[in-house]
Amino acid sequence: MTGRVHSFQSLGTVDGPGVRFVVFFQGCNLRCKCCHNPDTWSPSGGNAYSAQEIVSRVKRFRSYFGREGGITLSGGEPLLQAEFAREIFTLCHAEGIHTCLDTSGSILNDAVRALLAETDRVLLDIKYTSDEAYRENVRCPMETPMAFLDHLDAQKIPTTIRQVIIPTVNDDEENILALRDIVRLHSCVDKVELLPFRKICTTKYENMGIPFPFGHLPEAKREDVERLKALLN
Amino acid sequence: MEHMNWNGFKTGIWQDEINVRDFIQQNYKEYTGDAAFLADATPRTKKLMSKLQTLFAVERQFGGVLDIDTTTVSSLKNYAPGYLDKENELIVGLQTNRPLKRGVNPFGGMRMAKQACEAYGYELSEKVQTEFRYRTTHNDGVFRAYTDEMRAARKCHVITGLPDAYGRGRIIGDYRRVALYGVDRLIAEKKKDKAKLALNNFNTDEVRLDEELFQQITFLGYLKEMAAMYGYDISAPAANAREAIQWTYFAYLGAIKEQNGAAMSLGRVSTFFDIYLERDIANGTLTEEGAQELMDDFVMKLRMARHLRTPEYNELFGGDPMWITEAVGGVGEDGRTLVTKNSFRMLNTLYTLGSSPEPNLTVLWSQQLPENFKRFCAKVSADTDSIQYENDDLMRPIYGDDYAIACCVSAMKVGKQMQFFGARCNLPKLLLIAINGGYDTSSKMHIGPQMPVMDVEKLDYDEVMARYEIYLAWLSRLYVNTMNVIHYMHDKYAYEKTQMALHDTDVHRFMAFGVAGLSVVADSLSAIRYASVKPVKDESGFIVDFVTDGTFPKYGNDDDRVDLIAKDMAHRVITELRKTPTYRGAEHTLSVLTITSNVMYGKNTAATPDGRKNGEPFAPGANPMHNREENGALASLNSVAKISYDDCRDGISNTFSITPDALGKTEDERIGNLVAILDGYFAQMAHHINVNVLSRETLMKAYENPEAYPNLTIRVSGYAVNFNKLSREQQREVISRTFHESM
Repeated sequence: MTGRVHSFQSLGTVDGPGVRFVVFFQGCNLRCKCCHNPDTWSPSGGNAYSAQEIVSRVKRFRSYFGREGGITLSGGEPLLQAEFAREIFTLCHAEGIHTCLDTSGSILNDAVRALLAETDRVLLDIKYTSDEAYRENVRCPMETPMAFLDHLDAQKIPTTIRQVIIPTVNDDEENILALRDIVRLHSCVDKVELLPFRKICTTKYENMGIPFPFGHLPEAKREDVERLKALLN
Repeated sequence: MEHMNWNGFKTGIWQDEINVRDFIQQNYKEYTGDAAFLADATPRTKKLMSKLQTLFAVERQFGGVLDIDTTTVSSLKNYAPGYLDKENELIVGLQTNRPLKRGVNPFGGMRMAKQACEAYGYELSEKVQTEFRYRTTHNDGVFRAYTDEMRAARKCHVITGLPDAYGRGRIIGDYRRVALYGVDRLIAEKKKDKAKLALNNFNTDEVRLDEELFQQITFLGYLKEMAAMYGYDISAPAANAREAIQWTYFAYLGAIKEQNGAAMSLGRVSTFFDIYLERDIANGTLTEEGAQELMDDFVMKLRMARHLRTPEYNELFGGDPMWITEAVGGVGEDGRTLVTKNSFRMLNTLYTLGSSPEPNLTVLWSQQLPENFKRFCAKVSADTDSIQYENDDLMRPIYGDDYAIACCVSAMKVGKQMQFFGARCNLPKLLLIAINGGYDTSSKMHIGPQMPVMDVEKLDYDEVMARYEIYLAWLSRLYVNTMNVIHYMHDKYAYEKTQMALHDTDVHRFMAFGVAGLSVVADSLSAIRYASVKPVKDESGFIVDFVTDGTFPKYGNDDDRVDLIAKDMAHRVITELRKTPTYRGAEHTLSVLTITSNVMYGKNTAATPDGRKNGEPFAPGANPMHNREENGALASLNSVAKISYDDCRDGISNTFSITPDALGKTEDERIGNLVAILDGYFAQMAHHINVNVLSRETLMKAYENPEAYPNLTIRVSGYAVNFNKLSREQQREVISRTFHESM
């Protein structure tokens, strides 16, 4: 089958372990105020590729993967094209390529469960730690990502929790301690990454002629993120 | 044969014949551990280095040249001994009598020597000019024999940078031989070779070689005298590590006093030295600190090496380079890696002495290198941007396990092979000349076969290729013949006596041709094939520009449609070159390497069908054109990896710049990922990569405020430079290049 893809990054070093070939899916069901890829929102953008075409591309980068690397599906939201994603992962597994899924965890249905059965690691964005913040800044209730995480835990799928630290929005200790509690309750989580909020995407919003909802906020300082990270231990 | 200075070494055929490789194989100790054993710089080293830093700063303030001795012709014995700090130096010897003072070397050409002096406010002395009045230089000889067409090709820049007015370089003496055998033994062996030659019929080849051997023997004698001026007797083998390094350095010093070759590379000395260092450490006469001090002192000397160049030369080869290339690591034919503790110490000089473009440290990468060494290399790369990598798994089957790199990417067996350096031809310009039927719109010169300008609404790929083949055949023959003139004259008037004395008498020769603008010509042909390219003519009816409509695959995106055009182009060039015989039966080789000349080549080339504007720089070496990459860094590496080393045995240079953030979040991740990238790239039988881990912002700051970044080193095509030593134009070009960033 075919799916819509925004772009490829042949050298992904920040989305999963080792060197990864990252496929950015086109289309997203959320509208996060901190989103740095608004160009991936529209489900009709990007280009159509077959799963086979994508895997042929990935295979060309195999020699760089070493022991840890592989493919990462990101976006946009790969869960919107779960069947397509699953076909890619199944083909990758047939080739012995490690599979990693970068997602918001905001959809959980049979197709998604089938996809997760072919997923070696999930990078799960837990964007906030309260339902209120989720509804306000993501336009989705918090219960879906939580159910998603429970499913990962039940299936024992190694998981990295990620959260973008946004000054004045979620850079408080209370949030981080809540995040720590979530992590502690799910033994599938073996890594937590706090990512500093950046605004290099501002030009994307400008080019698209739409406002960047968090454009008025400052970028996160590295030292503040480090301080919050220490609280996770 | 035995010598007391060899006590403790394992015996082998190296004792009975000149065979440094065998000595290494019998005696070296592989090291697979990590870098924890390394020592820091001692106070002595720090003091010396700070003195040297002061001299470097003054040199910079003086516009790049500290001082010139305009009254002495550079050669082995012509200067009184010079020192950085006589009391505290462990390794001695300078090119002239003062640190960083440059000598004049008119053997390549008098005009260059004069202009170089004048460029820095000096005047070449009447004395030197008189001495050379009745002497023919290399440059004189070449221009006596150049045909009109050779001159025209040079003038319109379709072939450029030819070593016809300066030393050709790219010859690596096996400087280690002096340490292992002592000069007397080397002289005795050369005398034997001369006696053996006398048994042949004497014709051109034999007479020339016989005279060369005479000169080699004479200069080995001078080498001893030069060392004696510093108080050393190098007639016998070195007795300890300090002597081994000193003897080797004297040999190298003799070479750079005699020759101002473009690239004066060092070879492969680190593991050789390790054998001596290990012996001394085992004897209890040397500590780890002491071993690092010796290497630090040696490297300091190398960093002080200088040649006097003209501004035109600097335009081609920016940053005052010497290409003191040292090959580190690699694997032996028996499967043991050649990594020793001293491989680490050599790289450690980038910490003990700070980062630096020289010596040009080149890691011979193999999948089999110890993981600890791989990680140390990656760390040093990320910290200093001072190392380049070349594929040992690709070269070892061809050159064995005792080859080294001359200049940037030219492999040769040490002491057994040499090359005739031949700069490069301009492929995009050749395409334009072909389309214009033998007219170069940049220089306004008619050149090559004359035919009508292509008179079409839209360029057709097959028609253009048919034309291109005609012009490529013409240029290739002219290029080989031009090189033949140059190297005949260089042998005749500026023969490398010291360096060739440190080669086997029966030496294998390469003739190294080169191409510039491979990515431009590949993208241009891709545009013609996959998009619509309309020629735009000027009032005289020549094609001066193009209107390109539609999209076309661009080299650098791992797209075979265009990558194979690039690969095929390299193949066509070497195939054509091989049709014309070379001087001394040299083996034709080809490189895809530009140094910084990609800026100058671009400047002299009109607009091309790929959308590159008139005068815009080419990409360096085999790099894709800037900012045409859409799928990230590895796709770009994959494209370059497709160029075949069998076609380009003189090397395929690729420069890779990445921001630290794009390489990983933590230092540990960055190191691991860089190792994975190098393993992955070289597993595809790619040849070479320069690695820079830095951001464009850093370069911008250094561009705006050079004083704040005196030691900023970056890798460019095949070598490293101090960013501040590049011209403003070259700096801008480096800044404009693709930096792989994270999304």
